Formats: sequence, structure tokens, C-alpha cells
Amino acid sequence: MRRHVPLTRRIVAVLAGYSGTGVHSATPAWALAFSTSGPTRDAGTSGRLFNKILVANRGEIAVRVMRTAKKLGIPTVAVFSDADASAVHTRFADEAINIGPAPSTQSYLDMHKILAAMKATGADAVHPGYGFLSENAAFAQAVEDSGAAFVGPPHHAVHAMGDKVESKRFAHAAGVNTIPGWAGVVESAEHAIELAKDIGYPVMIKASAGGGGKGMRIAWDEKGLAEGFELASQEAASSFGDSRMLIEKFIEEPRHIEIQVMGDKHGNVVFFPERECSIQRRNQKVIEEAPSPFVPPELREAMGKQAVALCHAVGYHSAGTCEFLVDKHRNFYFLEMNTRLQVEHPVTEAITRQDLVELMLRVAAGQKLNVSQEEANCVHGWAMESRVYAEDPARGFLPSTGRLMRYAPPRGEGVRVDTGVQEGSEISMYYDPMICKLITHGADRPQALQRMRQALDSYVVRGVQHNIPLLRSVLDRPDFVAGTFSTAFLAQHYPSPADSAPAVLPLTRAQEQELLALAAVLHVLRSTARAGRGDGLSEPVDLVLTMGEEQFPARLRPSPAGLVPSSSAAAAAPSFQVELAERVLQVTPEAGPSELAGVLARASIDGPVREDFSRAVRSPMPGTLVSLAVAVGDAVRPGDDVAVVEAMKMRNVLRAEVEGVVAAVEAAPGDTVAADQVLLRFD
Amino acid sequence: MLQLVRAASRASRHTKALLPALTKKWERIVTAKQAAEAGGGQARIAKQHEKGKLTARERIAAFLDPDSFVEAGSLVQHRCTDFDMESQQYYGDGVITGSGTVFGRPVFVFSQDFTVHGGSLSESHALKICRLMDRAVAAGAPIVGLNDSGGARIQEGVLSLGGYAEVFQRNVDASGVIPQISLIMGPCAGGAVYSPALTDFTFMVRHSSYMFLTGPEVVRSVTGEVVTQEALGGAGTHSSKSGVAAGAFDDELEALSAMRDLLSYLPPSNRHAAPLVPSRDPPTRSCPALNYLVPDSDAEAYDMHAVLAQVLDDGALFEIAADHAKNIVVGFGRLGGRSVGVVANQPAVLAGCLDIDASVKAARFVRFCDAFNIPLVTFVDVPGFLPGTAQEYGGIIRHGAKLLYAYAEATVPKLTVITRKAYGGAYDVMSSKHLRGDTNLSWPTGQVAVMGAKGAVEILFRGRSQEEQEVKTAEYEEKFSNPMQAAKYGFIDDVIAPQDTRRRLCAELEVLKDKQATRPWRKHGNVPL
Repeated sequence: MRRHVPLTRRIVAVLAGYSGTGVHSATPAWALAFSTSGPTRDAGTSGRLFNKILVANRGEIAVRVMRTAKKLGIPTVAVFSDADASAVHTRFADEAINIGPAPSTQSYLDMHKILAAMKATGADAVHPGYGFLSENAAFAQAVEDSGAAFVGPPHHAVHAMGDKVESKRFAHAAGVNTIPGWAGVVESAEHAIELAKDIGYPVMIKASAGGGGKGMRIAWDEKGLAEGFELASQEAASSFGDSRMLIEKFIEEPRHIEIQVMGDKHGNVVFFPERECSIQRRNQKVIEEAPSPFVPPELREAMGKQAVALCHAVGYHSAGTCEFLVDKHRNFYFLEMNTRLQVEHPVTEAITRQDLVELMLRVAAGQKLNVSQEEANCVHGWAMESRVYAEDPARGFLPSTGRLMRYAPPRGEGVRVDTGVQEGSEISMYYDPMICKLITHGADRPQALQRMRQALDSYVVRGVQHNIPLLRSVLDRPDFVAGTFSTAFLAQHYPSPADSAPAVLPLTRAQEQELLALAAVLHVLRSTARAGRGDGLSEPVDLVLTMGEEQFPARLRPSPAGLVPSSSAAAAAPSFQVELAERVLQVTPEAGPSELAGVLARASIDGPVREDFSRAVRSPMPGTLVSLAVAVGDAVRPGDDVAVVEAMKMRNVLRAEVEGVVAAVEAAPGDTVAADQVLLRFD
Repeated sequence: MLQLVRAASRASRHTKALLPALTKKWERIVTAKQAAEAGGGQARIAKQHEKGKLTARERIAAFLDPDSFVEAGSLVQHRCTDFDMESQQYYGDGVITGSGTVFGRPVFVFSQDFTVHGGSLSESHALKICRLMDRAVAAGAPIVGLNDSGGARIQEGVLSLGGYAEVFQRNVDASGVIPQISLIMGPCAGGAVYSPALTDFTFMVRHSSYMFLTGPEVVRSVTGEVVTQEALGGAGTHSSKSGVAAGAFDDELEALSAMRDLLSYLPPSNRHAAPLVPSRDPPTRSCPALNYLVPDSDAEAYDMHAVLAQVLDDGALFEIAADHAKNIVVGFGRLGGRSVGVVANQPAVLAGCLDIDASVKAARFVRFCDAFNIPLVTFVDVPGFLPGTAQEYGGIIRHGAKLLYAYAEATVPKLTVITRKAYGGAYDVMSSKHLRGDTNLSWPTGQVAVMGAKGAVEILFRGRSQEEQEVKTAEYEEKFSNPMQAAKYGFIDDVIAPQDTRRRLCAELEVLKDKQATRPWRKHGNVPL
């Protein structure tokens, strides 16, 4: 039986890919953005696009819109509900006006209150952001009727695109690809086969009253369709009491790819490079990027042209987005058009170097688009966006409300954080629980991806549950890294909500080792601090780390001087070299509280496994082995002479302490032996 | 699942370099020491492991720094000859005593060995503990008892009872001189409970330890009450209901690890200062989240733990009696590396009222901190004492007086932050300026008053019209529902922004670290027990 000193200290370390740097909060990122975006007013008020703009929204998008307005020298007005009295967007604006109680139906969604607020503050323009009243045609019209500018599309376009069926008819008429299908009820299997000839296989037949996959069949040929129709209609009849069936083209391995458009009031419309939004959970986008790893320039051009054609057909101006499904053969089909600024617009901004809000404001003020189609379609690098939500992945992604007790957003080159919260903010039950949109930009996809990984790793969010571990986990999935995924990605990899829980998300081997190294360093730092020995590590420390079922021996020593970063922060803190069996890691803890985002793993830390020397004879001091009295196989009793070691001119007779048979002789007479070197072992 | 491990045998160390002539003499000693290490033998050790328990030696090895344990008295045997006891001899006699280090600082430890005579306490077993305690007091180092004992050694009769009393006397003598900590890791019944009860903190392990004066059998025969061991005296009962235990842990390793943690906050004795443990958390760190913590409405609660997590070094609090009298939070933390005793009303439980349990819990904690020169930091949000017959019949006057007495008596640096309510007598009690608080701060949300606005107006303007009462309420709020009046009289040194709390407390503590205060000579005060 092996004996070792028991593990005594346990720590729970939190990590997904330790970035090697501690995070310390000084000024929140949003505050930085504030200080750098001071108004650069055009000469005189007359040069302003608007005298005053009211942002009929809250949170990050309100802040984001105001930032551009400030850049353009337009005074800003925030509206806020009782719950948002001290919110970031409320304080960021030049003026703020209360529009009622916390529930959004009585505040942000109440257009009369917004209109009254405009009147009270004298705002001559309103930006609706996204959500709330942004796609409310009646609101757009009411604003226009009041003589103010609605920073968005004309109300008739909002109306036309707001109806899903209507918008598809419009699109079809404008020559935009729509999903082939039959607008009416399929009467029989024969009828279905007839229709499928036009649509082209594979086709999907589904119950008119359907849902949840019941009464739904996919057919790849006539035979399959005949069978499938019968089964599906029976199923529909028994499940819904309604056997009416619909038929449409089945989209294989669909991706959700969308095209940003921008039009002015003078008939000019341009499209921007596509955004890839396939990483979705129940139609809720989670991670977006631009451009799409799946879209070649010709496809971009084709999709863009159709989007522009649709805009012309509806007389569109301002920002809008045409959403498409793209199948694995790169056929694309129009889904719907969003007549507003999208949540994920920053990825487009990053790769086109445009400020879409600025373009919206200029267009709304009647200016002509100053971006040519060529400029608009020019791709600079790659951008990704992660939507960081206060939600509990372990509990079905329910919103996690509470206060941000510690909050330090990531910073760095190519990192943009659009947020409406700061440390101390409350994530309330009344609104969307978004914490921020984290956008990274790089020269290419691997760089943008790496920056996103690092940004998520250094993100500190305490006080609410959040989805950072899940986001981080997605970034390491090989098919995400390769760019080969469809809208089924999350459902495939994380089939049940429990699979997204921080405690079960898998770590890569490298992350596992980084976690262990970190845990070891934290353990040593804590022990040395408590022993009053400062941070130094005078001699190597051996530890055994246990994570899950596996044990990892590790040796810690101070980092070799040449490997320590030369920054002053790093010089003040000690650096450690952690030697694991497979890898050697350098860890430099920086000053300040360090926290890591990601999966939860439990690591226990233990002294090294001690060899059991009770069944061995060791040299008591350095010297020379003079003679051995026994050989392998000899039986010895306690007290028997077994060896003689000469040291300090003295002969030391070594005796057996236990009864046993000599199993191994590990030194020969004449050998120089070290203190504690094993000379003999017994069974 | 508790991972069971065996301590490395150290027998080999004794025979490393032997002079040939001594070998025969050594042999006998080595044999005896090996026997001492073997305890009650493999079968009983296996049984101990089956129960999810470590052996006495494994516990010591897990508790102390690696290889630091030095044993004393391993060759002690009992002297009983009745009931054939002379034939049942084990070296060490059921308790392992010695010293070692925790985070490099000396600590004395005894660990009762359930595999030897059920860990029962004989005369010589008790003497071993007594000698260890005497040494600990002389050396000025904490003593930790790992209790796992079936009780008195019945065969030894009054010798065993006498042994208990000898230990009790030393517990009392050492009280306030060195920290004494008891960890109950098995049975602890009858008279045996009083040694832990006399120590500063008693901790228990869930599902494997219990403490009671009389067991379920006796309870049933005397009162007819049917109760399980666990319900009568398990870790859950004592850490939440009775308050006997300062904490309960899920397994032994967790408990032993926590004891190390606790010791890192404590000075070795009343002659020493607590260790300075520098942290990477800057003392000047601002805590913006605190600005939003106190709700607008007085009727709304918030979690005081959130305040402590923001203010203390690394947000770390070693909470004492976390599950008992939750309306007050007490525990150890650090500010700028210095240990502090934190006492905080908890508005999230019973509105933060002081009741009997909360007063007693906090009073004992305050006295511990004062005895060992650990500065006190008090966070106040207290609407008053809990009203009701249960409290009055239970003697809230007497028990509340304990906390008042403890604060008034304490001469360590006393820092106080009023976060919201400081009403009535409870304001006085909670480390007020009048009890010689050194630094009394308030957040802008502080309200120092005899009572809340509504209650006050109802008394002062009883029978007046609704409108008049509303006017008076507003007037009262303007006057008293803020810290201005108290600040005007100097009862509050400063009103600070909540986000500056940590920075300010660290700075004040730095200034006060060498505080000296004396009281008139007396044999001892008469705390209202």
C-alpha cells in the first residue's frame, strides 16, 4: 500500500483558459469611452444634424447611440423608468426624463410617454434603438406627424416588412429568393408530389397547426414523400385534430446569414458584408461574426444585390437587415427584414470602419449617403461578437437577476465592449438581462477568435450568473474554430440545458493544465502569505493536484529571471514556473484581485506522494558504501546487519528494522552514496 | 467522498544512524513507538475508515504543516489494574499529543484515538492533555483539540472524572491567554462536552459527530421524548439551534482545513499580535457596488454579507456561527492584511433585530477579540431589539446587556460604520461613540434615531389627523432619518461615501494599530451572565 500525506487544502478554482493575467478594475470601460468621446461640435448650431436627439431606449444601445450623437455634437436626452433612475444610460445623457414605472409597457413601450418626453425636452429627433418601439410603424408615423425626425426607416416600410407573410410576398415580387413552397393547403400525397416537382427535393411537409416536430416529415424523393405525407397527416390529425398539411423546400444544414443595408432619402441604397449569426439558441443569437467563413465574394454580392433590390421595392431608407437562410449548397433564401439597427451591428462596423449610427443620423437629417457600394463592401479583417447575458446556463438560461458586485470588462487591442452597466448596476427582472456585447476585431478570423477568448477569460462578473462559460466553451469547439457549423450548432453540442452548466462544460487539455498551474500558484501564494513569508518561494515546492479522477504531480519554482516580464507590475509580483508532466507554464499573478471567467472545476491540492521507506534501508549520511552483508533473496530479521557505510572516517553499520526478504539492492560496494539514498529494499 | 489516506510512518527516522552498541536498547523503543503508531490495530483502523473518519494520526498529519509534528508522550500507558485492564495496554493510551506548525507558526494539538479503548479518557490520558495545555500556555501558542472519545474510562472510576476536571480547570486558566479550539470528530457525551464548551470555538463534522449531556436513551426514559442522536446533538443541531458549535463541516478534511484557516487570523496568544497577512487586494480599493446597496425603501432588506465581501481583503470572511442567530454576522476578516473581528447586523434576517441569541453570539465574539487584541469592526443596521413575550421572558434584558458589556469593556480599536438604521438602545449597544468607539462612521443612508419616523409620529402625535401626521413624519425624517444630527454632536466622526468604506477603514486601522487603553484595577468585571 502506498502511503502519502493526506490532502489538506482544497480550493475551487474558476477558469476557462487562464490568460495568465489578473484582472483589476480601475475605470470601467464605458467610462473610458465617455472621456474619449467628447463633443466635437460642428461650427455653430446650424451645422448640427439635429438640435437635440432623444433616445427611446435603455441600456447598452441607448449609450451606444448617444456616444455617436455626442461625437456629432448633438445634445442627448435619455428616457428612463423608475427602475433605471441611476442607470448608466440615464447618467450618460445630457438630459434625462422619467417616463414612468418599471414595467416596459408603462414606460419604454408607451409611445405617448415618449412623444410627451420629446415635446417636454424639445427634441427634434428620436432614435428608437432596437426592441421596444423600434419596429412600431405607428410610432414612426406619430413621430413624423409631430414634425420630428424618426431615425429609422419610413413608417410604410416598417409596416410592410413587419408582416412576415406580406414581407415574403414583397420580396418574391422584388426578385428575392424565398423558400420555395406552396402557399396553400396540400390536399393529398399526389398533390404533394406534384408540388414537389416545382419546389425541388428535399421537401418538408408540416402540419398547418403543427409545432414541436409533430406532424412533420422530410422527404428526399417521391416515394418518401408519399409515405411521409400519410404518416404526417395522420400524426397531425391525432395530435392537433387538424390534418391540413403545408409543403416547402427543406433547407439542409441551414446557416443564418444576414445582410446589413443602408439607404438614404434620395434613393441610394448600399449593402454591407454579411454577418454570420448561426450560433443561436431557440432563435436567439448568441455569437455573431462578420464576414461569414462560409460566404465567398460572389455569394455576398448576390445576397447584397437582392437585399438592395428589396429596399428599392419598398422605398427603404436608414439602416435595415435582410435575414437569409443559406443551405449547405450555398443556396440562399430570404427569411425576413428587420427595419432597425441590429444588436450585432458592431461586427459590421468593425470590418467596414463605418459608424452605422452616424450614417442613420445623417440619412435621417436628409443627407445623401457618403458611402459608395464599393467602400461599403470592403472587408477589413474579421470581427466577432459575444452576447454576454446575466442568465443561468445551469437552469435553462433563466435570467439571473441581481447586482453586479464586481464587474471588470475586458480591455485591449481590438476589443470593444458595448454595455449599459457598471459595477454596482442591477440586472432587473423587468428588462432584457444583457450585460454587454463583447466585440473583438482582428486581422483575420484566428486573431479575432483569440482576442475573443482572451477577452472572455479576463472578464470579471460577480453577483449574477452569466453565460461566459458557455460562450468560452463554444470558442474551443473544433467545428466552431473551423467555421463549419449550422443553426443546429448549440442544440447539437449542448442538447440539454444541463450540458451548458459551468460545472460540466469540458476543458481542453491545455486549459486543464493552465487551471492546475493556476490552482497550484494560488495555493502556494496563500500559504506563503499566511506564513508571513511574503510571496517568495525560496525552494521548489512539490504538490499533487487532483482534478476529477486524475492526479497531476507538479513542481513549483520561481521563474527563471529571463522569463519574467519586465513591466513594473510583474516585477513587483513573483513569477512562478509550474512544471507539470506534460508542460511547463509560467504564471505571473498581477496585483489586484484576480478572477477568471469560465467553467467551474474542483481541484484538490496535496503534498507529494511520499515513498514508503519503512521497507528500505537508506544511507544515513553521504559517504561510501563499504560492504553489503545481504543479497537479493536473503531473509533478514530486525537488527540484522545489512550494510556498512563509511562517512566522516567512521564506519556505520546499517541494520534492518523490519523482517523481510531483500527484494532489491540499489547500490554496490565502492559506490558513493548520498544521504537518504536507498541501498536496499525489502518485500 | 472522503479520501482516506495514511500518514507516512516515521519510524525509520529514529534509527537512521545508530551506534552499534545502542541497537539492542533502541530496538525495544522502536518496537514500542511502532506499536504506538499502530493505535488500536488494523481492524479498528479499518472500521474507523469505513465510517468516513480518519485516524487520530491522519488527522494530525492533515491539520499540521507537512512533517512538522513532534510527539510527546507516545509511550504513556495507563495505571489501571481493575477489570483486567493491566492486560489491555496501548502506548499513548488513546490520545496523541504534541506540537507542530500551521502556516509556519507553532500550535499544540491533541487528537483522541477512537481505536484505543474507544478514545475513552483515563487518568493518564487526561494527564497527557493537561501537560500539553500547560506547555501551550507557557509557550504562548494555540491549542487545538481533535475530539473523538467514547467518554470516561469507566474502569478507572473517579480517576477518570478527576481527569476531566483537571482539563476543565486548565481550559479556564488558559481562557483569554491562548486561543483554544475544539473540533468534534466523533462522540462527545456527558461530562466530556464541558471541555469543548470552555474553549473559544467548537466545530463539528456533519453526520459523524455529536455532543450531548444525556443521550437519546436517557432522554426517552426520563422524558418520553423520542429523538435521534443526530437531532439531539448532531452538528446541524449545535451549529444552528443551540449555538454550541461555531460551525459544521461536511467532512473531516474540510474541517481540518478550516481550522488552519481560522488559525491564520488569530494571534498565538494574548502576548502576541495576530499575523500580518499581506494581500494583493489594495487597501485603497474603491467599492462602487456599495453605493447602490442600501435600498431606497427602509422596509426593504439587503444582504450584509455583500457589504463584507466588498470591504474585506479579498472579500474573505471566516464566519463564526454562520447558521445560528443569522440576524447578526460575526467572523474574522482582514483589512490591509490585519486581522479584524467583524460584527454586523444582518437586515436580511429578522430585519437585523437584536434578540437573545444574536446578543449572546456577538457578545462572546467581541470578548474573544478583545482578549486577543483583535480590532473590532462593526457594521450597524439595526431597527432595535426584537419585541415579544418570548424575548422578555427569555431575559433579553440580561442577554442584551452582555453585548453592551462586551463592547463597553473592549479596549481594542473599535471601528463602526452605520449603513442604515441605528435605532434606540440598539444604537448605543452597537459599538457607539459613547462606548468609546474609536472611529464611528456613517453612510449617507444612516439614520440615528430613537425609532423610525412612523413609529415616532404615532406616539408623539397620537390622535392627530392623517394630514398632520404626514407633515410631522416628513419633519421627523428631515431631522432624524439621516446621520446629520449625530454628526452634529460628534457622535459620528464622519459621513462617508459607501464606496470609500474599505479605504477609510484600512486607513483608520493603520492609525489605531498601537492603541492603548486601560481600565481601573479589578479582580474581574461581573459580566451579566
